[in-house]
Amino acid sequence: MASFILRRLIQSGIVLLAVAMIAFLMFRFIGDPVSQMVGQETTLAERAELREKLGLNDPVPVQFLRFVGRAATGNFGISYQMGQPVDRLLAERLPATLELSVFAMIIACLIGVPLGVYTGLHPKRWLSRLFLVVSLIGISLPTFFTGIMLILVFGVELGLLSTFGRGETTQIGWWTTGLLSVSGWKSIIMPAFTLGLFQMTFIMRLIRSEMMEVMRTDFIKFARARGISEGKINFGHALRNTLVPVMTIVGMQLGSIIAFGIITESVFQWPGVGLLFLQAISTADIPIMSTYLLLVAVLFVAINLTVDLLYYVIDPRLRADNVARGA
Amino acid sequence: MTSNSTGRFLPALRDSDAWHKFKGSPLTIGAAIIALLMISSALLSPLIAPHDPFDPRAIDLMNSLIPPAWHEDGQSSFLLGTDDQGRDLLSAILYGTRTSIIVGFVSVGAAVLLGLVAGLLAGYLGGFIDGFIMRVVDIQMTFPSIMVALLIDGISRSLLPREQHDQLALVVIILALSLSIWPQVARTVRASTMVEKNREYVQAARVIGRPAGIIMVKHILPNVMGPVLVIATINFGVAILGEATLSFLGVGIPASEPSLGTLIRIGNNFLFSGERWIVLYPGLTLALLVLAINLLGDWLRDVLDPKLR
Repeated sequence: MASFILRRLIQSGIVLLAVAMIAFLMFRFIGDPVSQMVGQETTLAERAELREKLGLNDPVPVQFLRFVGRAATGNFGISYQMGQPVDRLLAERLPATLELSVFAMIIACLIGVPLGVYTGLHPKRWLSRLFLVVSLIGISLPTFFTGIMLILVFGVELGLLSTFGRGETTQIGWWTTGLLSVSGWKSIIMPAFTLGLFQMTFIMRLIRSEMMEVMRTDFIKFARARGISEGKINFGHALRNTLVPVMTIVGMQLGSIIAFGIITESVFQWPGVGLLFLQAISTADIPIMSTYLLLVAVLFVAINLTVDLLYYVIDPRLRADNVARGA
Repeated sequence: MTSNSTGRFLPALRDSDAWHKFKGSPLTIGAAIIALLMISSALLSPLIAPHDPFDPRAIDLMNSLIPPAWHEDGQSSFLLGTDDQGRDLLSAILYGTRTSIIVGFVSVGAAVLLGLVAGLLAGYLGGFIDGFIMRVVDIQMTFPSIMVALLIDGISRSLLPREQHDQLALVVIILALSLSIWPQVARTVRASTMVEKNREYVQAARVIGRPAGIIMVKHILPNVMGPVLVIATINFGVAILGEATLSFLGVGIPASEPSLGTLIRIGNNFLFSGERWIVLYPGLTLALLVLAINLLGDWLRDVLDPKLR
């Protein structure tokens, strides 16, 4: 156990260092940090002084270590475009993105799991077939097109829901939430559904195939023979056994939530980190881009690590050292 | 893999598993017909499109925002209406689909080539090379493909002056998409190569002294192509969606060039003023194209690689 965890930690550390290296190279060598910070009339002497003060004349490995050290304490430099510290800009926007992502994941699970169970238990019914065809269409629709169509129907035609922004937000400590106002709820439904749609179809298909597999196994037959009620078998025995692979893959999918989050935030003008990143790209704002890269990497590594460890806790069969080999 | 002469190829095709599965599924046949129609009409767009919407001399601002022909104010010369600059929407969609298909084809082709080389080397040689290639793959797979594409676009934007970036936009997109797809190919090829290299035919080739390069290309390569074909088909759809998404986000193909994503972005600005055809028809075209490709991908997976399901 200890050696497994240690090995995973070392692997995660290496990945993070590599990403930090890429972020550093971007930060340091794309565009000149000095000319981004000073005006036209700054003299060459002043530039050289600034260069020395920023430590840009030190050996590159020293600069890299300094970059990592600063990043570890949350200092990511100053945005070229907005002139504010990157960490503050990101912290301001993070609640919006997290609220949206969690909400989307909840919607995806609440709809995806029951549909998956139903289609898995009754694969031959016409309703199941309908769900499957709809899910294939759901996967093929581009995220931004789904969002636009929702805006068209519920925002423009019916005028029911808000089509951009977060609505009215409330400040709680450093966290801002939109979930305490009616306009906030009206604003989050469409983006969350758009973002969750792909995950929903994904979870549904996964649970369906796992359920079909589990229902064929002997322990379900034995449970039937013992006279346990259908409901208890379906949910207590079968669904429970599908949850391990589902959890892993749902965990991994959080990454695509982040990716599609950028698109969704752009369609609905949701003021989250994805929109910030997109603005940074069109204005070539390197500090924000490299920080976002690091942020996503940390998130990813943390998720993968947690999923691996949870796997280990939930399924006793995996506790032999084959996990380490399989991973 | 298949026989060389067409004389034997057709009967072999008729008896094959693939053909039987194809015949038995109306959905797959429909998807194939739609995909073929869309791809061929897109490639022929300079010949069949009623207008050339990307020739500045041919467009007239007076024709802007005309609704589709069946509306009251529609004109029969603009079947699906026009956009805000007076470009014929049907023609723009045809040209845009052509861009999608070219981008999808080239980026998947490049990704497959790179993935094949990396995967074969890693799987066959093992050791340090394997470790190095696979760590690169791991790191790249940490990031969602659209993010990799966005980053590469952002970096190129800060390295190149604006006009040059617009000129190179297509190249940058293709580069970004293929860089985000190749790790999947490499991983699959590596796994299959590791299985194949212990088979007797490879050992036999090694015993008679054929060099490693020849063994990889002539013996192992044909036997790992099945899953690669499946991944390539699925990623063809992914790449087309990727290009459209980047263009929609405004970091892809510049507005003066044809692209479905760009059309949808333009249409998005007219959502509230009622000109919905600009967003609707390019969007439906894109969805239909990707849906058809996904259905074909499902079928290929059934036929070639049941394990991947």
